Amino acid sequence: MFMDAVFLARIQFAANITFHILFPSISIALGWALLFFRMKHLRAKDAQQKLDWLRAYRLWTKVFALTFALGVVSGVTMSFQFGTNWPGYMERVGNIAGPLLSYEVLTAFFLEAGFLGVMLFGHRRVGEMVHLGATFLVAFGTLMSAFWILALNSWMQTPAGYGIVDGQFHARSWLEIIFNPSFPYRLVHMVLASALTCAFLLIGISAWQLLKGVATTSASRVLRTGLVFAALVAPAQMVAGDFHGLNTLKHQPQKIAAMEGIWETTRGAPLLLFAIPDDAARTNRFELAVPKLASLILRHDTEGELKGLNEFPSAHPPVFAVFWCFRIMVGMGVLMLLVSWFGLWRHWRDGWDFAKMPRPVLWLFAGMTFAGWVATIAGWYVTEIGRQPFIVAGLIRTSDVASRVPSSSIALTLAIYVVVYLALLLAYVGVLKYMSETADKKLNAITTVSPSAGQQYQGRGEFA
Amino acid sequence: MTSMSFDELLPLIFIGLMGVSLLVYVVSDGYDLGVGMLMHRATPEERDTMVASIGPFWDANETWLVLGVGLLLVAFPKAHGLVLSELYLPTTLMLVGLILRGAAFDFRVKARASRKAMWDRLFIAGSMLASVCQGWMLGRYISGFGEGWNFPIFAGAIALALPMAYALLGATWLVMKTDGPLQDKAIEWSKIAWPPMVLGLILISTATPWISETVRERWFTLPAIIAVASIPITTGIALLTVRLLLNSPAVRDALCWLPFALLVLVFLLSFLGLSYSIYPFVVIDRLTVWEAASSPDSLKVILIGVCVTLPVIVAYTGFSYRVFRGKTIELDYA
Ligand code: HDD
Ligand code: HEM
Ligand code: HEM
Repeated sequence: MFMDAVFLARIQFAANITFHILFPSISIALGWALLFFRMKHLRAKDAQQKLDWLRAYRLWTKVFALTFALGVVSGVTMSFQFGTNWPGYMERVGNIAGPLLSYEVLTAFFLEAGFLGVMLFGHRRVGEMVHLGATFLVAFGTLMSAFWILALNSWMQTPAGYGIVDGQFHARSWLEIIFNPSFPYRLVHMVLASALTCAFLLIGISAWQLLKGVATTSASRVLRTGLVFAALVAPAQMVAGDFHGLNTLKHQPQKIAAMEGIWETTRGAPLLLFAIPDDAARTNRFELAVPKLASLILRHDTEGELKGLNEFPSAHPPVFAVFWCFRIMVGMGVLMLLVSWFGLWRHWRDGWDFAKMPRPVLWLFAGMTFAGWVATIAGWYVTEIGRQPFIVAGLIRTSDVASRVPSSSIALTLAIYVVVYLALLLAYVGVLKYMSETADKKLNAITTVSPSAGQQYQGRGEFA
Repeated sequence: MTSMSFDELLPLIFIGLMGVSLLVYVVSDGYDLGVGMLMHRATPEERDTMVASIGPFWDANETWLVLGVGLLLVAFPKAHGLVLSELYLPTTLMLVGLILRGAAFDFRVKARASRKAMWDRLFIAGSMLASVCQGWMLGRYISGFGEGWNFPIFAGAIALALPMAYALLGATWLVMKTDGPLQDKAIEWSKIAWPPMVLGLILISTATPWISETVRERWFTLPAIIAVASIPITTGIALLTVRLLLNSPAVRDALCWLPFALLVLVFLLSFLGLSYSIYPFVVIDRLTVWEAASSPDSLKVILIGVCVTLPVIVAYTGFSYRVFRGKTIELDYA
């Protein structure tokens, strides 16, 4: 109860955004996946294929609807929290943050929300093309919303295009503000993160259906799609991450020092595989290192120099969390690459037949269902905690803009949010499991397929 | 107020935009919160129809809240800080209500059947919680966050009246969107919700001048009173017409849309009356729009965005209502 208000406000904001990002990280990519399923369904020549893709579309539309709803309600909360938790922030950088946030609402949220109804429930009421158009606009809206919010977030990491008059920020160039130095990297990295998160969700849930013996040929198609997606995106994400890191080194060297656990400026810095950074003693314990590798990766030169944390007295982030979250993210990235490549190779060797896939491999897939969440959250923690103690890197300290709401109120509301969020998260995972296990019983009711294919037919259980 | 420069005009434009967003929010989320609350009196089958009647719209409805609060935050950061720290706890509870109902809305048909009743209860409870909190917030806001024994009573009364107004709006929405036994029930619900809503409205209109001297002067000085008296008179006529219509057979078919339309008019008029009372304050007697506004430069940037996107938003919202026009049929992802 005696924690200070700044600390509580941080925890509350972090708890909310952590809960929120779980859902966008799925819905940003899943909208496009739905569009893909729908196109496959429309294009498919033989009846079985057509039905498979239709089933995939139906099941994943439900997942999308649920995910989207949770994204919306947690997002509405975020929009209040911005002002309640960091009132000083808006007072000082409102001139820059305000327009970015407004454009997000005007160009993204309304677009998603306006067409969501038609996308989810409009099939019987509009033509196929209009429906595809609505689906496209919803998917596009989620991308736009990532665009604007990441523009703001990146601006907070690498501010540009502003001027300061009497402590107030004013916009000088909107192009420089939006396309600030870290924005392109962050946008690409986040969109790929979403693609991977979604791919592993497709893989994991379809594998679960196979394991439970409730799968149809539809699940196999989805699983294959997920594996191919993941196998393509995982390496791309590594490359994007590498570029992102180089960019960070240029603009936020103290963050890189924390990520790599480098205290003293070093030439030929080693890559630490394991260590326990000790903020108090300003050193690492139990180091396990690959010599010179960090310099090689970040400077492309084994003798390259990396700045250490000691060069940034009282202006560098807490090291332990940044260091470990970075390892969790990269570790998950490597694991996702290995799993998707291995899975695809195995599947090819099995003659593209999942019936021959060994069960332990299916269990591995199922175990990776939420791998993307872990990596995404770890990545955001690196970025956000790595920016501390500043809220706008190098310019405004977080503690200067915190709320004046009494800490007891913050503690109370924090407790309420945490309870609600944990319950909803459990329910979400539980319902995904339930929906995947019963998908086909429910889908027995599916009957007509869109007339644009030139034929209508019954799709009862016999196709399963 | 002879000649106002564009920079001085900007805060006024923005308070207008914010007000309109909040009005659209109150009307649109009002009917779907109302439908949510009324579900506690419906059978399980009726509940499905009721949810189906709001299903395609609720997300877009809530987006107006995001826009309204966003504009408050962006255009009047000082007022935002003041208002939301005064209303910190009710805001949180309202958000919890909105979270619960938004989530329950989707879970109820996707979770196993035996849990459906639980999610329905959460949906109803969430709708009630959000509405009551909004009523309380409205009450605190229009009384200028005053202290003293009478203020909490006033806010408490509004906290009960606003949900009734929502219930009435929701019930007339159902009169429009359903038929058969559910429509009959909706007519009954409308009759029940009508008196408390009217009472609430009278309470707000008499209490606001009583609480704030500024408001009293504005309404009861001589030339003005003649002009503005048209607001309460039209409101009264609209409300009476609604009540009469509920007894007439026409409300079951040709005129089923009229009570809802008239109530929207009532909300619009009340909003105009309230704006007239409060102008030019953002927070009554404390902060004027000019004191609270942020820099004209960033407001202009936002205004460009608003001018370009708002017509488009209105157009596709209209499109969506057209697609789902007529009586509600079962919702499915087909
Ligand atoms: C990279 C992606 C991303 C990030 C970092 C954030 N969001 Fe978000 N947000 C989305 C991506 C997204 C989305 C994909 O567009 C959502 C999720 C599901 C949905 O409905 O839209 C969304 C929904 C969403 C909504 C509901 C919109 C509606 O009514 O349709 C609000 C108000 C916010 N968000 C606000 C925020 C705030 C204030 C954030 C940061 C502080 C934030 N979001 C971070
Ligand atoms: C969506 C993924 C995100 C996650 C998981 C995330 C996570 C976090 C965490 C953990 C903190 C607390 C850091 C600390 O003090 O220890 C934080 C702080 C903060 N973040 Fe983010 N964040 C995300 C996105 C964003 C975005 C998009 C913005 C802005 C547009 C943003 C703005 C802030 C602000 C204002 C703070 C408060 C100041 C602070 O404590 O650092 N965050 N976030
Ligand atoms: C495997 C190689 C990877 C590398 C080298 C890498 C590199 C990075 C770096 C350097 C940052 C911090 C940037 C900064 O704040 O300055 C970051 C952030 C982030 N990472 Fe990764 N990453 C990798 C894999 C992944 C994976 C697999 C995911 C998720 C599926 C992911 C999701 C994120 C997210 C969401 C952020 C925060 C947003 C951002 O700053 O882009 N990363 N990554």
